[in-house]
Amino acid sequence: MSQLVQSLDLKNRCDVMRNIVTSDVIVIGGGLHGSSTAMNLAKAGAEVLLLEKNYVGRHASGVNAGGVRTLTRHMAEVPLSLASQQIWANIQDHVDDDCGFEICGQMRVAEHEADVKTLRDRLALMQSKGYTHEEWVEPADVCKMIPSIVPTIKGGLIARHDGAADPYRTTLAFRRKAQQYGADFREGVTVHQVAKRNQSWWVDTDAGQFQSRVLVNCAGAWADKIAAQFGEFVPLKAVGPMMLVTTRMPHFLETVVLGTSRPLSFKQRANGTVLIGGGHLAWVDRNRDVTELDFHALSKGAKTVCELFPHMRNAVISRGWAGIEASMPDGIPVIGPSGVEENLFHAFGFSTHGFQLGPVVGQIMKDLILSGTTDLPIEPFHISRFS
Amino acid sequence: MNTGTNYDVAIIGAGPAGMAAAISLTKFGINVVVLDENVSAGGQIYRGVTTSPLSAKPQILGDDYWSGQKLVKEFLESSAERIAGASVWAVSQHTSGSEQSHFEIGYSVNAQSNIMHARHVLLATGAHERPFPIPGWTLPGVMTAGAAQSLLKSTAIVPSGRLVLAGCGPLLYLIAWQYLNAGVKIEAFLDTTPKGRIPNLWPYAFDFMRSPYFLKGLKLVREVKANVNVIKSLSGLVANGQEKLESVTFKSASKNQSIEADHLLLHQGVIPNINLAQAIGVTLEWNDILKCWVPMSDAWGNTNIERIHMAGDAAGIAGAWAAESRGQLVATDIAYQLGKLSLAQRDISVTEHRKVYARATRGREFFDRLFQPAQAFRRPTGDTVVCRCEEITAQQVRETVKIGCTGPNQMKSFLRCGMGLCQGRFCAVTVTELIADERGVSESEVGHYRLRFPTKPLTLGELATLPQTDESISAVVRLKKPV
Repeated sequence: MSQLVQSLDLKNRCDVMRNIVTSDVIVIGGGLHGSSTAMNLAKAGAEVLLLEKNYVGRHASGVNAGGVRTLTRHMAEVPLSLASQQIWANIQDHVDDDCGFEICGQMRVAEHEADVKTLRDRLALMQSKGYTHEEWVEPADVCKMIPSIVPTIKGGLIARHDGAADPYRTTLAFRRKAQQYGADFREGVTVHQVAKRNQSWWVDTDAGQFQSRVLVNCAGAWADKIAAQFGEFVPLKAVGPMMLVTTRMPHFLETVVLGTSRPLSFKQRANGTVLIGGGHLAWVDRNRDVTELDFHALSKGAKTVCELFPHMRNAVISRGWAGIEASMPDGIPVIGPSGVEENLFHAFGFSTHGFQLGPVVGQIMKDLILSGTTDLPIEPFHISRFS
Repeated sequence: MNTGTNYDVAIIGAGPAGMAAAISLTKFGINVVVLDENVSAGGQIYRGVTTSPLSAKPQILGDDYWSGQKLVKEFLESSAERIAGASVWAVSQHTSGSEQSHFEIGYSVNAQSNIMHARHVLLATGAHERPFPIPGWTLPGVMTAGAAQSLLKSTAIVPSGRLVLAGCGPLLYLIAWQYLNAGVKIEAFLDTTPKGRIPNLWPYAFDFMRSPYFLKGLKLVREVKANVNVIKSLSGLVANGQEKLESVTFKSASKNQSIEADHLLLHQGVIPNINLAQAIGVTLEWNDILKCWVPMSDAWGNTNIERIHMAGDAAGIAGAWAAESRGQLVATDIAYQLGKLSLAQRDISVTEHRKVYARATRGREFFDRLFQPAQAFRRPTGDTVVCRCEEITAQQVRETVKIGCTGPNQMKSFLRCGMGLCQGRFCAVTVTELIADERGVSESEVGHYRLRFPTKPLTLGELATLPQTDESISAVVRLKKPV
């Protein structure tokens, strides 16, 4: 036994000599969730080191549509989403930056009777649970709110306090605030291997070894690779929802417009450009960080826009892109402690619905790590649901 | 049956490289299409050479220009299919329906979108002028010398009123000479080539004296100097004016000087037009002599992406003659890859092209170094606009680096810099250099804009009416059958 202790001491001394960086918590992944987790932990006094393989906000967090949406959330996400919305309402106080957040409402529109039924059923379900943030809008009122929409529209479901923010700016604001509280952000550091030794996490990277007591996996579309190292296999799919943006156009739209049976997200930003997304997917190679836009799929999205907003036919597309995101088969993320290891936590799998949740997920992770519990119902998001 | 949408080789660009490659490929019996943004073939260098109103007065533009007629005629007479006025907005591989064998090319002609398939794609997209970010360069009345030359070639339009030329490089002297031939008065020629460079260039001087450009260049410069007020070694170049250009001020011989002007033509060399190559995923390398990004290709024009080839100035600035021989060289290798000739036949048949290429590029190192734009004209400060589309200034870029934006892509997200319609053509090198300057690191370390399709703007309506997937898939299947 004494020999073992001795050899461990020797090992520790060697580690110090090899200049290993140690921290209380290591967060893997510099997206919004990783940055928000780091910010909340650092604010509470924890020592945090964040490792990001590219740069902060490189993928999903920096290039998403920026929708701050509670509307038509998965039922399991509704409590988290509403809690996050309260943080968004005071985002300036939270991170010293308004993050470009504006409340303009988000509306899912009904193109035909089947859509009307889908949305009305949803509303009934929400009302039965006592939620009041989603409301039905009559066709005439939709046209009044969105004069440029095709007049055959059959109505819509709105969340009036929803809105949009600038995703990259938001992610950077969380990062800056985290750094102010003392968090250490390392960019361009790729994690190769993670192992638990001597009650500590040892993280091997291309920039050396890092050590911590607690490990948080916020690695987005690469998070399954981290989880798999502990035998936690998750059916994560790396996807690249495509976005298009037009050149500046005269102001015509306040609300964020979403499709019901056809994928569409449609928003005019303050600078006049129009952002078009909705979930048509690009070809993705996550190992090389490469995406290729699928113009046949984009063409379908363009068709939807032109049918709903006839004047958009002449809008000039200036750019298209796709960020690499993690999609889970049941459509909700993984949030919570590991099912197999102590002091290991996961928060990933948010594709197309993670941006709005970012602020609250950071708080949840902080609570879980520092006090072992959270007030919000996170059981549905546990990683063990896939085992 | 529409067999017209499938080709062995699609060439993007009908300049010297694209035309020469197309001619060579058709000689091997290869099914070639050339997509050209311009209405008439010739590229920038031979723009309008078969249609120019100046053909009645050939001495204005000079023999080198008219020598392009032969190439253009041969190209137009070849069996290569030519699609004029075509802007290529995407080249895809993984979503093309047949990743293994085809590229899918999205393009528009007269606002009508189309799709075609090709087994090989040759990018001969040429070059464009390097940005010249000085205070006032966005004022009406200020334009690039290259754009002015295009007008001269295609429409015989010349500036009226007081004209000042400023910058460095062979093209600026050429256009001054052409204007003199056309009887245009030039108030001043402000040569921004930094002084004292030539003594350091003697190791390259011998090759330069044997260059085909040497004697021609010398004659040109001499004639310009004899007829125009050429001012050298200047700094602090500014275009002044309220609504439009009124004067040009600068410092020379430790004196502040001012010249009243209606037109200022700026030029400090050309850089490869990389947008399409970059969007396809061709690796870029920073050329520290030419101070620009260059898509990497081997001696045969092969890139890191199989069956994507490059030729001409798009693959590194070397001029029209070099572009032509390089186009032939690359075409021969593509023919080999398509099984039209053996390796040995390939190597023998390019001997002459190699010789011409070597001759055309001899001495290049000398004037690449001599005409490297001065740092002050590449790395602006203060209110000077860097990104013209989004009106972002040098100061904004520099300050954004200080708050943690370490690369051009973060700069895009932060300032919208490089996100306008030009897709970063006019600011890419400047932004990379400014970030490198502020961070005190190399341009290679800073990196470049990530560029996405569409590489050319298209309307939502055009995209919405794109031929549908089923047709594209059947088009691919058709081509897979043995012809």
